[in-house]
Amino acid sequence: MHGMGVNVEGYVHSVETGGAVDGPGLRFVVFLTGCALRCLYCHNPDTWHMPDGKKTGVASLLNEIALYRDFLVRTGGGVTATGGEPLAQPEFVTALFQGCKALGLHTALDTSGFLGANATDALLAATDLVLLDIKSFDPETYKRLTGGNLAPTLRFAERLSAMGKPTWLRYVLVPGLTDDLTSIEALAAYAGGLGMAKVEVLPFHKMGESKWEALKLPYTLKDTQPPSAELVARVKRIFAGHGLKTV
Amino acid sequence: MDRVAVAVADKDVRYLAANPEIPSGFNFSGTAWKREVNVRDFIQHNVTPYFEDESFLAPPTERTNALWAFVLKLMDEERAKGGTLDMDTDIVSTIVSHQPGYISQELEQIVGLQTDKPFKRAFMPFGGIRVAENALEAYGYKAAPQLHDFFTHYRKTHNDGVFDVYTDPVRKARKAGIITGLPDGYGRGRIIGDYRRVALYGVDRLIADRKDQFKQLDSVINEETIRLREELAEQAKALKELKAMAKSYGFDIARPALNAREAVQWTYLAYLGAVKEQNGAAMSLGRVSAFLDIYFEHDLKTGVLTESEAQEIIDHLVMKLRMVRFARTPEYNELFTGDPTWVTEVLGGMTLDGRPLVTKTTFRFLHTLTNLGPAPEPNLTVLWSEKLPTAFKRYCAQMSIETSSIQYENDDLMRAYWGDDYGIACCVSAMRIGKQMQFFGARANLAKTLLYAINGGRDEITGEQIAPRFAPIAGDVLDYDDVVQRLDTMMDWLAGTYMDALNIIHYMHDKYCYERLEMALHDRDILRTMACGIAGLSIAADSLSAIKFAKVRPIRDERGLAVGFETEGEFPCYGNNDDRVDSIAVELVERFMRKLRTKHTYRGAVPTQSVLTITSNVVYGKKTGGTPDGRKAGEPFAPGANPMHGRDKKGALASLSSVAKLPYESAQDGISNTFSIVPGALGKTRHGRKANLVGLLDGYFEQTGHHLNVNVFDRKTLLDAMDHPEKYPQLTIRVSGYAVNFIKLTREQQLDVVNRTFHDKV
Repeated sequence: MHGMGVNVEGYVHSVETGGAVDGPGLRFVVFLTGCALRCLYCHNPDTWHMPDGKKTGVASLLNEIALYRDFLVRTGGGVTATGGEPLAQPEFVTALFQGCKALGLHTALDTSGFLGANATDALLAATDLVLLDIKSFDPETYKRLTGGNLAPTLRFAERLSAMGKPTWLRYVLVPGLTDDLTSIEALAAYAGGLGMAKVEVLPFHKMGESKWEALKLPYTLKDTQPPSAELVARVKRIFAGHGLKTV
Repeated sequence: MDRVAVAVADKDVRYLAANPEIPSGFNFSGTAWKREVNVRDFIQHNVTPYFEDESFLAPPTERTNALWAFVLKLMDEERAKGGTLDMDTDIVSTIVSHQPGYISQELEQIVGLQTDKPFKRAFMPFGGIRVAENALEAYGYKAAPQLHDFFTHYRKTHNDGVFDVYTDPVRKARKAGIITGLPDGYGRGRIIGDYRRVALYGVDRLIADRKDQFKQLDSVINEETIRLREELAEQAKALKELKAMAKSYGFDIARPALNAREAVQWTYLAYLGAVKEQNGAAMSLGRVSAFLDIYFEHDLKTGVLTESEAQEIIDHLVMKLRMVRFARTPEYNELFTGDPTWVTEVLGGMTLDGRPLVTKTTFRFLHTLTNLGPAPEPNLTVLWSEKLPTAFKRYCAQMSIETSSIQYENDDLMRAYWGDDYGIACCVSAMRIGKQMQFFGARANLAKTLLYAINGGRDEITGEQIAPRFAPIAGDVLDYDDVVQRLDTMMDWLAGTYMDALNIIHYMHDKYCYERLEMALHDRDILRTMACGIAGLSIAADSLSAIKFAKVRPIRDERGLAVGFETEGEFPCYGNNDDRVDSIAVELVERFMRKLRTKHTYRGAVPTQSVLTITSNVVYGKKTGGTPDGRKAGEPFAPGANPMHGRDKKGALASLSSVAKLPYESAQDGISNTFSIVPGALGKTRHGRKANLVGLLDGYFEQTGHHLNVNVFDRKTLLDAMDHPEKYPQLTIRVSGYAVNFIKLTREQQLDVVNRTFHDKV
C-alpha cells in the first residue's frame, strides 16, 4: 500500500514552509484546493475549486517537505494539510500523511469535518492530530454560514472521539453570526464530552476580503467588525469551563 | 583547505619580558596569560559558564533611571536639532584633546565622553579635511580657519592621498557607481582593539611589551621593519596618551584593574581612546562580556558587589556605548542611514573544548534592552551554537520578540575558522580579537556588472564607456551561455579595478590616518584580510534565471543601450529553496571570490568578501538601470543576501534555506540575511513563539546559514511610526547587519523597510 501511494496526484494551491499557527511547532502547510462549503468569512476563496490548484505528485511534495525535516522536528512541528478542504482529496492526503510518517513527521489535518465520511481508517491512522473546525453548533446558523449541514461534522467528531484521535476544536467567532453564547455553551459541553483537549477561538478578521474582490465574489461581511477582546475572553472562559484548554 | 584561518599561525606575543606576576589581589588560574599577553587564556581558565535562566537579573537602580532619563532628554534634543546636537569646530580630536566630560557626574558609575560634553561630535580631520568640513557645514558649523589652513596646506589627510593616486579606471568605476561606498573619504573602521588587555594587564605592561618588540626589530632594517618600528613607536605613544586621558578622569590605568568596576571602566576607557582617535565606519567593542564576568563573579563571591550593583555597572557602560557619535556627511548618511556606529559586542558562543561562553554577564548585557529599553547600539550579536544552554537560547528569543534588537551569527560555522575568541566588526565580519584586522572594502555592484556585460562595458544610465570596450550583445533574445561568458570577463575587470582601489585606499589610510591605539591593542604580527563585498546578488541571480528559463529581450534606446527588458515566461526566483536558481547565486559568489583571490593585495592581505549592503541597497538600486528580472530602473536592491522582497513566495523556511546555501567558504567576511516576521506568525502563545524562534535559528544555522537579523513586528507599527515618530523614540529594527532607530531613517529608507517581505502567513 505504501508503494502505491507515491504515484498519487493531487491539486495543491500553494505551500507555506514556516507556518506556526496550524498545529504545534513550525509546520509545512499544504493548501489543497476543493471545498464543498462556502463559508461567508472564508479567507481562502481562491481554494474552493479543485482544478484551480496545481496538479502535484505526492512524491515530489514529500521530497520538498523532506528539505525542512530538521526545522519541523526541532520545534515539535510537522506537516498540516489544509485548504480548501483536504478531505475533498482523501487519497492524496492519505498518501501524503503516510509519506510524512515515513519521514518521522507529525501530521495534522485541518478540516471542517463536512466530508468526514471521506476519511478512511488508513487516512486517520496516518493523522496525528485533527484540527476540527466546527463553524457553528446551531444547524440553522451552520447552514446559513456555510451552505452545508452540521450533522456530518458532528458524526465525524464522534468518530474521532471514539477512536481516541487527538482533536483540537477550532471556532471562528463572528459578531452577529456565531456569537450566541447559549449555542457556544452547548458546543463547549459537547466538545468537552467528546474529550477534545484544546480549543482555538479565532477572532473573525477581514484579511480574506481582498481575495473575494479579486474573484469578483460578493463579500457579505463588509460591515462586520472583529469581536471585542472582552467577548473573545468570555467565549474562551465558556470553553475552559468544560475542560478545554484555550489559547 | 583554503581557509583564511590556516594562514594564521598562533602569533601570540612572544616578546614579553619574562617576569611579571600580576600585582593584584586576585588569585586567578592559568599560567600562559601571566607570562604573555593572552586574554583568551585568562578567559579559558577562569570563566564560569551559566546554564540557568534570567530570573536572577536585577531591575534598573534609581540612579540608572535618573541618568537614562537625562540621556533620553539629550537624545530628544539631538533629534529635534536635525540629528546633531553640537559639534567641535576648533579642537582636533585626539586621545587627550579634551577635558573630562560628564553627563551627571554624581550619577555616573562608568565615566568618559568623546568630548567635553555629551553628544558633542568631535572634529576628526585625518580621514579627509574636506569631508570633515562638509560634515560640519551640513549642520551649520564651520571649522576654525587655522584648522582649515593647517590640514589644507601643511598636513595632508587620507582622502587627499587617495585622490592623488587613484587610477582613471578606478575614478570612472567609482563615479558610475559600480563600486560604491569606498572608505576613501572617511575612516575605514572595522578594526577591533583588544580593549580587555588594558584591564587585565594595565597600560604600563603593554608599553613595555611594545618597547621590547621594537628592540627585537633591530637586526634587519628594511622597508618592512622600518614601517613596523614606526608603528610600534606610535602605538606606545598612543598608550601613554591613554594613560593620561584616564588620569584626567581620576584613574590609574597604568596598573591592572583590581575589581569588576575597574575592569569595566578600564575596558571602556580603552575603547573611548579609540573612538576619540578614529572616526571609523564601524568601531566595534569586541567580546568583553565573558571576560568581564570573571571579575563580576569574583566580586559577587567575595561579597563586595551585589547583583543590583553589577547590573548597574553594565547598564551604565551600555548607556555610554549608546552615546558614541561621529560627525558625518549627508553622503555618508545616505549610504549608512540612522547614524550607526557599530559598537558591536558579541555574546555567547562556545569554547573549542565545548563549554558555553554564556555567563551571567552575557545575560546582563541583553537585560539592558529591558532596563534601558530597546536600542540599535551596542550592536548586540549572539554567537549561536546548537549547544548553547537552552535557557539562554529561550531568553535570546524572548528579547528578540520584545525588542528586535539582536542579530545572530553562526558560531558552529565560524569557530572552525576563527577559534573561540573572535569578535564581529561592524555587522558580519569575524576577526580574532587582537590578532587580526581587516581592510574594509565596501562593495561592488553585481547587478550593474551584469548590465555592463550586456552593454559592452558602457554604463546603462550615462552611456559612458566605463569598463574596457567590447561588442555589446546584439541579438533579440539573450542567450544564457553568452551572457555568462561576458559576465565572467566583466567580473575579471571589476575584481582588478576594485582591488586597485582598495590597495590605494589602505596604503593611504595606514599612512595618514593610522589607528594607533587600536593597533596598540593587537599583537605585533597580525593577519590582515582585504574585505571586498558584493551588492545586488539576488538581482543578478534572478536576472540570470530569467535569461536561462524564460525569454528575455533587451529594449534598446537610441544609443543602442539595453535600458530595459521584456521577459516572457516563468522563471524560478532566489528565495524559494529552488536549486535551479539558488545554484546561480552560489556560483556568482564563488566566481567573484575566485577572481579576487588572484589579485595582488596591499600588505599581503588575504582577500575575502561579504554579501552585505548595510542600507546602501537603496543607493545602489538608484544608480542601476532596469534588470532582466523585471526590477525597474532605480528600484532598491534587496539588502545583503536577502531574496528580493515579494519573490520568496514559499514562506520563511524556504527563504532561509535559499540564503543558507551561499557558501561561507567563499564569503568569509559574512553573509547577511534580514528576517522580519509578525509576532502572530511565530506562534499563538508566548512560549510557542520563543520555542519556534529557537527552532528556526537552530535549523537555519544547522543548514550553515551565517547571519540572521531577527525582526518581530508588523507592518502597521512601522507605518504608524512613519506618521507619528514622537510615539516611537526607541523603536529599533534590524536592517542589514546592524540595527537602527526606525524614525532616524530617511523616508525612502523607511519605505524600503516597509516594503520588505514580512512573513505573515496564517
